[in-house]
Amino acid sequence: MTVLISKDTKLLCQGITGRAATFHMGRAIAYGTQLVAGVRPGKGGISHLDVPVFDRVGDAVTETGADASIVFVPPANAAKAMIEAIEAEIPLVVCVTERVPVMDMVEVKAALRGSKTRLIGANSQGILAPGICKIGVMSTVHEKPGTVGIVSRSASLTSEIVAQTSAAGLGQSITIGVGGDPVHGIGFVDCLEMLMADADTQSIILIGEIGGTEEEEAAEYLQASKPEKPVLALITGRHAPVRRRMGHAGTLSLFGSGGAAEKIKALKSAGVHIAQNASTVGETMRRIASAKK
Amino acid sequence: MYLHEYQAKEILSRYAIAVPEGRVADTLDDAEAIARDIPAKKFAVKAQVLAGGRGKAGGVALVATSRAVREAAKDMLGKVLVTDQTGPEGCIVRRVYVEAGVDIERSLFIAAMIDPRTGQVALVGSRQGGEDIEDQAARDPAIMETLVIDQAAIPAASDFADLADRLDLGDGLRDAAAAFFEKLYGAFKELDASLIEINPLAVTTDKQFVAVDAKIVLDDNALVRHPELAALRDTDDLDPMEMEAQRHDINFMRMDGNIGVAVNGAGLALATNDMLADAGGRPANFMDIRTSATSTQISHGFDMIFKTPGVKAVLVNVHGGGMTPCDTIAEGLGMSMQRTGRKLPIVVRVAGNNADFARVVLKNCGIAFYDAADIGEAVDRVIAIASGEAAA
Repeated sequence: MTVLISKDTKLLCQGITGRAATFHMGRAIAYGTQLVAGVRPGKGGISHLDVPVFDRVGDAVTETGADASIVFVPPANAAKAMIEAIEAEIPLVVCVTERVPVMDMVEVKAALRGSKTRLIGANSQGILAPGICKIGVMSTVHEKPGTVGIVSRSASLTSEIVAQTSAAGLGQSITIGVGGDPVHGIGFVDCLEMLMADADTQSIILIGEIGGTEEEEAAEYLQASKPEKPVLALITGRHAPVRRRMGHAGTLSLFGSGGAAEKIKALKSAGVHIAQNASTVGETMRRIASAKK
Repeated sequence: MYLHEYQAKEILSRYAIAVPEGRVADTLDDAEAIARDIPAKKFAVKAQVLAGGRGKAGGVALVATSRAVREAAKDMLGKVLVTDQTGPEGCIVRRVYVEAGVDIERSLFIAAMIDPRTGQVALVGSRQGGEDIEDQAARDPAIMETLVIDQAAIPAASDFADLADRLDLGDGLRDAAAAFFEKLYGAFKELDASLIEINPLAVTTDKQFVAVDAKIVLDDNALVRHPELAALRDTDDLDPMEMEAQRHDINFMRMDGNIGVAVNGAGLALATNDMLADAGGRPANFMDIRTSATSTQISHGFDMIFKTPGVKAVLVNVHGGGMTPCDTIAEGLGMSMQRTGRKLPIVVRVAGNNADFARVVLKNCGIAFYDAADIGEAVDRVIAIASGEAAA
């Protein structure tokens, strides 16, 4: 048993007939994920990847008992799709769509409040429990069942850290990509709460970057809760030119500087270990884990 | 996407937000003529560049006559303006904005933006406006008053009035202030803005709210539904290489070093550049290949690296995942080297999806490359080559 997903998770795919969805769902099925249904308005009644396709999320849930959804719907309609899944009370929704307008995500956040749904993304690579269940678009080459929970704002960097923690003999209990956009579903703090309570997770790696307030909020939470499990953080963008946006969003500075130095300082003072660079995360985590034993 | 002040003011006035009477000019004659046209006793002449900090850098002049407007414009047009936000290279001033001076009784700061903690729209204000507001707020965050607006509910007039009270806009000004805040919020939502900042927001001697300076940043992801706003993009102010890259689904940013860098994913790209800088290397660029990029698009990204003068070596760091396996990027590199004919030393570090296949693709393309086992080795090697300490 792990957090959010398990071998029994029944997955629905919104936008299942698209090229990317077809490709990634094929891989997820091969990985062992139970895909039970697809949704594509106007194509209800057909079968795709050997699962029934519905016009509406509500019908798919009633007919198949799906308890998780992955959204591949293009940016213009992605928010509508997420809100439909929230209204159908699906417990876990993962959105991998990139370039969703921010105001649309603001609407989605409003719909999430008081709902029964936990949203991961948008612009997330998804969630992976190695050897158990994959709901996402991440590579599955180097992952290995184990004890490290990885929470990240960046997809390819997560794969890198997964490879390193596998090579260090630790493996992963779960990897969660919260997404690279300024407004998104669950954040670092939600993930930390879940992983601190998860019996399979013995240590946690946070992969953060410049911009936003995720890391500062995580520091505040850890400062207050003083958890026993060690947390290691890698913060990227230490040498990025200031005031320029690089790929992911650099949020405006009025709600805090968003700078790497400030984030590292806040995390350090909350007792978080800081990785020197992206190449040494696995080794650093191994040292921390063995010192704890 | 950043808008110029003159564009921002034109847009805000459509939302019944008052701005001083003014027009944009790109010649001295026009600047002087505009001043003669505007019935005012004093004028502001403002350099139109996509960066803040203009006032302290000589980009804003307050003058009394149309003749003096011409002189002020002469000091700006065609000149390079360097502010604390432009970087040392500065921005060329191609236009000036000439507007009526305002009799200010009080000036405030007000902005509409996304509150990253709640993911909702927030209005943020301060009792005092001015150019150093960000520094002031950094020293004393308490000077900022915030109203977070719940998207699920219709915002109550009393919430806006409450913000007015907190900004000491009580008594005779409360209703006008609340109405102003509501208009600002409406504009923010309708424009799909990431930021609307009005600084200073003036209360005039006749108790009117006037946006003396305005900055609008639009959400790039929403421009598809605002073609009329997308058309406002000032292409003069953008690096042509960066624009070319955007067309090919690649985030590219020029830097001043001698090591070309190609990475998939923004986080891994930031991490790679951090490691280069830590080890004493100087990246020539930041390049993030997006997950949906094809090998043809990727080849255009590599073209830009090969076309950058001063690049001595190229580092390719790929952790193949989802839709971008390593071989797609290797193919893009091969296409670009064939097309540009540039022979630069290449250090490759591939892992993840199809890493071995990528090595085969590179060999089949006849590309000589150093095959690094991890990022650390790749970084050390490319720095040694770029500095002439190691052979390619």
